[in-house]
Amino acid sequence: MTTTAPDRQRGIRRRRTRNTLTGWGFVGPATVIVLGLSIFPAGWALLLSLQEWNGFSTPEWIGTQNYADMATDPDLWGAVGHTLTYTAMFVPTSVLLGLGLAVALNRRVILVGVYRTLIFLPFVVSAAATGILTTYLFNPQFGMVNNLLRIVGLPQQGWLEDPAQAMLVIAIMSVWGQAALTTVIYLAALQEIPAELSEAARVDGATRWQTFWRVIFPQLAPVTAFVTIWQGIQAIQLFDVVYTTTRGGPLGATETIVYYLWSSAFKELEFGYASAVAYGLFALTLIITIGVVIAQRRSARGGAL
Amino acid sequence: MTTPLQVRQEDRRRSASPPPVTTRTLIVTPARRRRRRRSWIHLLLVPVSLVFAVPFVQMFLTSLTPAADINQFPPRLIPSELTLDGYVKLFQQSDILLWLGNSVIVSAVGITAHIVLCSLAGYGFARLTFAGKNVSFLLIVATIMIPTQLLMVPTYVMFASVGIIDTLMAAIVPWLASVFGIFLMRQFFMSLPVELEEAAVLDGCSRFGTFWRVIFPLARPALATLAIFTLLGSWNDLVWPLIAINDPSAFTVQLGITNFQGARRTDWALLMASNVVATLPLILFFVVAQRQFIATMSFTGVKG
Repeated sequence: MTTTAPDRQRGIRRRRTRNTLTGWGFVGPATVIVLGLSIFPAGWALLLSLQEWNGFSTPEWIGTQNYADMATDPDLWGAVGHTLTYTAMFVPTSVLLGLGLAVALNRRVILVGVYRTLIFLPFVVSAAATGILTTYLFNPQFGMVNNLLRIVGLPQQGWLEDPAQAMLVIAIMSVWGQAALTTVIYLAALQEIPAELSEAARVDGATRWQTFWRVIFPQLAPVTAFVTIWQGIQAIQLFDVVYTTTRGGPLGATETIVYYLWSSAFKELEFGYASAVAYGLFALTLIITIGVVIAQRRSARGGAL
Repeated sequence: MTTPLQVRQEDRRRSASPPPVTTRTLIVTPARRRRRRRSWIHLLLVPVSLVFAVPFVQMFLTSLTPAADINQFPPRLIPSELTLDGYVKLFQQSDILLWLGNSVIVSAVGITAHIVLCSLAGYGFARLTFAGKNVSFLLIVATIMIPTQLLMVPTYVMFASVGIIDTLMAAIVPWLASVFGIFLMRQFFMSLPVELEEAAVLDGCSRFGTFWRVIFPLARPALATLAIFTLLGSWNDLVWPLIAINDPSAFTVQLGITNFQGARRTDWALLMASNVVATLPLILFFVVAQRQFIATMSFTGVKG
């Protein structure tokens, strides 16, 4: 009966302080690094987007002028168009190819390990290496692709040197590098689906094709939504393979939003304007994410497909 | 989940009475169908995986082809002889060894820091109670929505003001910790039974002692995933080093070969040799630890 109420309170407070110190001792370093390299610069970018600044002079406060300029910047809208073209080629292809490959690889046949290794290996290849490979494979004079076309008697193409084809080449090589990701995610999801489901459908007289599209595919809807969002975000942020193949050319045909952002920041030194473009990209990311989620919800409510 | 026992019981039930017709077709057809299925799936998978492999074959073959063969028209599919000229030139005329060394430093520091800092933070968020925990964790998770492109300009200005632009530090700092790492380790530690730690705490072990001696050694599978994630990201990163490093002595290997590509547009044997040198370490890692790589990739998916 020696402890009085204030004593006990002090004890509790001291223990709480110690817990807090211990807790922050554990999470502090990583939290400071992660937030210091994300929330802090993101807030700063918002301020920058309201300024005109080249990195050296005194920043000039110009309000929302940068955002207003964006609306009438033909190069930016060109970049948006190129990015959406790429997205329209890359996202459906990589999602459908991933689905197909996952179904094909999700069975115990001989050599499945070899196929898996060959299909997944491109995932570890860097954008720098992909760039060098792409310029070689699609080289109009001695590239392998034109060589094959010549052998089967088809006309030679300009590929990366043709404004109408350059983005297609970049999309093909991105799919080559990224198909592994969608395949792995679909594979994991397929293995979660109980075999009884497709067996039951088969007993009811459904063909394999019907079983897949009517029974298995609806089960994969959340995964499809996820990989579509994921690949969509990757696609609208395309930069590095463009940098290592065409650097935005020919005639600006492969200049993407991020390429434009990069060149206005680090070539033109328009830090303010580039930050505004970056916020525009952020908004686009959010719109795509929300759009896919809503579409998925709606199709889930309306039944399969 | 069916346990072996359940399966055995089911077998017994099946063999007890002659199975009805539908069950028999279920039992018999899959085996027959699988054999037939085997033939057509290979017809699909062989060409597809060959197409995926072609760029690798071209990369290795071209790096060993004499320059005269490459510029020949029409191009020849098989080189007239194999030569190491490309590699000799690469090591003589470029700083590739320096760039490789820089990349090794960036990845090694990144992986070590990730393992230490993210498992500490993951454990803190999974198990400890302290003021500000929920708010800071929510903030961390929210940052995955921020595209990295938004951070390029202010981070560049930030790094310039502390004087680490054009040094290897600029490439290292962004890889010290990540949202992915913290989240992964938190999920892992939450899946462990609390009793493990309670025993240690009762024995008078400090929080850190418990973490270090009891919990950390159990985290090996999650740490492998974390290490692979960091290795892939830091080794292959191009955008950030491109912005932050202009001094060739601080180039990472990816930046080095990209610069090289601009300077030696047509020296294909040399360029492909540089490509092989930059890519081979990850290819070898992948072949050796394929299972862990696939686990890492699928966790990237689960995260969302």
